[in-house]
Amino acid sequence: MTKRIQLKVIDRRDFVLGAGAAAAVTALLSATAGKAWAKELSEVIKAAIGDAKPVEGKVSLELPEIAENGNTVPFAISVESPMTDKDYVKTVHVFAAKNPNPEVVSFYFSPMSGKASAKSRMRLATTQDVIAIAAMSGGELFIGKRTVKVTIGGCGG
Amino acid sequence: MAIKPRVKVPKSAKVGDTIQIKTLISHKMETGLRKDKKTGKKIPRQIINMFVAKFNGKQVFQAKMYPSISANPYIAFFLKVPEAGELDFTWTDDSGKTWSAKKKLAVS
Repeated sequence: MTKRIQLKVIDRRDFVLGAGAAAAVTALLSATAGKAWAKELSEVIKAAIGDAKPVEGKVSLELPEIAENGNTVPFAISVESPMTDKDYVKTVHVFAAKNPNPEVVSFYFSPMSGKASAKSRMRLATTQDVIAIAAMSGGELFIGKRTVKVTIGGCGG
Repeated sequence: MAIKPRVKVPKSAKVGDTIQIKTLISHKMETGLRKDKKTGKKIPRQIINMFVAKFNGKQVFQAKMYPSISANPYIAFFLKVPEAGELDFTWTDDSGKTWSAKKKLAVS
């Protein structure tokens, strides 16, 4: 009887220790990965728009809340603008924060576009934020964001 | 590898209308991140990186693409019809190869 109890205690302790170590390793991995990607995201945003700080608003992203297949996630972006010769959306940059290459696409519009809106399909490696930054003809910058949950990632490897 | 691109444009439109144009091209859009399972070597990047749409010779829309765009890239965008004319689409990939398509647009 006594022996059996002792065994049980050891078992549980082993189990707890093992689980703790595994959790620590996972936490460490995701922490470093998160940092690496985040840095790259800020770098690519800087490459696209410089040091300017975009203002939230005007940009809307249409994306599924949950993407079952990260290989093809349909998305649509649109920006509020009259799209006249004097006031139009020049460019919209789309980024996926945690993809190995955070740049997704840059759309270049013209007053002839009529509507600052475009659709395409993107790959998403994991659950993450999709960001769109619009550059207006007057130089203003606007930013919009959407979180997408991804069931199966789509960036190969 | 890539075959004839497909473009969908309304048959006719009124001057001043904003129409949607849909395009699709077959291309594997190799990201440059995948490894060959047999050799373990990285498969080099090979994607369509540029799409340009012109109306009567004037650029109306452009998309610069990165490896995060899915295989067989689909792009839809809008055009405010100024007059009758011809749409001209060009896709360019990393090797410099281009594909093009033309569509006539009639106004009513």
